[in-house]
Amino acid sequence: MRDVARWSPPPLIRNPWLRYGLYLGGAVYLALAVGTLHINWARLALGLERGWAFVSAFGHPNIVTHWREIEEGFIESLTMTVVATAAGVAISLPVGLGAARNLAPMPVYLLCRGIIAISRTFPEIIVAILFVKMFGFGPLAGVATLAFATIGFMAKLLAEDIEDIDATQMEAIRATGASPMQIINYGVQPQVMARFIGLSVYRLDINFRESAVIGIVGAGGIGATLNTSFERYEFDTAAAILLAIIGIVMATEYASSLIRGRLR
Amino acid sequence: MPITENKLWRRHTPAGSLIRWVGWLLAVALLVQCWDILNENTIWDFVYDAPAQAADLIGRMFPPRWSVLPSLWSPLWDTINMATLGTLLGVLLGTPVAFLAARNTTPSAAFIRPLALTVIVSSRSINALIWALLLVTVLGPGVLAGIVAIGLRSIGFVGKLLYEAIEEVDNKQVEAIEATGATGPQRLIYAIVPQIMPAFAGIVVYRWDINIRESAVLGLVGAGGIGLQLNASVSRLAWPEVTVIFAAILVTVFISEWVSAQVRQRII
Repeated sequence: MRDVARWSPPPLIRNPWLRYGLYLGGAVYLALAVGTLHINWARLALGLERGWAFVSAFGHPNIVTHWREIEEGFIESLTMTVVATAAGVAISLPVGLGAARNLAPMPVYLLCRGIIAISRTFPEIIVAILFVKMFGFGPLAGVATLAFATIGFMAKLLAEDIEDIDATQMEAIRATGASPMQIINYGVQPQVMARFIGLSVYRLDINFRESAVIGIVGAGGIGATLNTSFERYEFDTAAAILLAIIGIVMATEYASSLIRGRLR
Repeated sequence: MPITENKLWRRHTPAGSLIRWVGWLLAVALLVQCWDILNENTIWDFVYDAPAQAADLIGRMFPPRWSVLPSLWSPLWDTINMATLGTLLGVLLGTPVAFLAARNTTPSAAFIRPLALTVIVSSRSINALIWALLLVTVLGPGVLAGIVAIGLRSIGFVGKLLYEAIEEVDNKQVEAIEATGATGPQRLIYAIVPQIMPAFAGIVVYRWDINIRESAVLGLVGAGGIGLQLNASVSRLAWPEVTVIFAAILVTVFISEWVSAQVRQRII
């Protein structure tokens, strides 16, 4: 028998030059990146002890000592989430309609796409810094931040949904002599409504998660409480807050998947 | 025949309409209640002042102080490294978790699968900034805390998307490999891995793109990178510098988004 080369599965990148070039480039980059890391080993050794203290704090989370602050933080986070989602969804409706190429004229389309692009480009935390400067410390800055981020997210997905709808239904409504508002109400809305509600619920879920973060820069919510507990090295309180966040996120995620499952 | 009231077409039955109406009522009541709480905690004098504040802020941000740009290259390099090495860490830890969580590859659906799913949910529910906050107190400020934060955050994302991809593989190919008498690891390598490879590459590049965005702000809590510079400039109220840093972050984000879109277009 002839000596046959052993079979091997085909690689993901066919071109061998590109493949090995990428491997080589990756290796060089990795060496450079690790070379410029500057790790302070003495601080790290100290940190491991503290890290262990933190991990073991999850064994005895302490929610009692700072119960008032924790309760206030969570209520604030949840209210911020609800108000910001409602406001953001309400504003995203006209923006989303305007950003759908099959509904809006060119100038409106460009304007709405511009709003979406601005809202999606900046990370929430940076927007939060600016809003805290404008509105002062407190939950309102957080609401503004979350609503701002919600507009971009919801409007983009709504516009994409509207662009994908079945045009014949819209034409059928138009053929009855419907006004533009009626066309949107009877030709477009029934086709996108279920997904829009599903996405709103999903966004509610995201906004709660984000509300836990923007408190770090002073925009209210549980993030501020968490930040304080870390600064005081009260790991047992921090562990309790983190566990509560994970619990609430799991619950909202479950509820939102349940609602979205029923809508489909 | 004239159209009478009860012949008019209605979308929902009376009971259905009532349930919907009550649902909306509850939602509005909740919203009003939340607004009340918010109202109590807001100092409205600051809010009325907001347009003036915004105008003032913009006035101070321009013209940008471009002379700080050369001092930003090193933090930017750190930011990109944090994102890349963090993604690498997340992929290394997230891939085994995904195989343990997928119904068709998990060694035990009763014990290990729920455990793996818990790891995924925990990692996903906590934002990278919170991970960084935690790791800065533990490991000390610096790039390492950022890398670990990005890595821990990425486990959930990579794990979730990858286990869904694994569960969606074509089972015929798996059966064909099994029919040749393949062992467990051979089944993974020859039947499942080739099928999820494009999804895997897409997930990694996508997560890298998100991580660039997140690592740019991790410095706000002391985890190195350009966010550290941003924090310093904001604290000193050096708004012309802040403008330049924003511009640098935006350009980096745009480039990473473009790279990620190109790569994903090629492989999917």
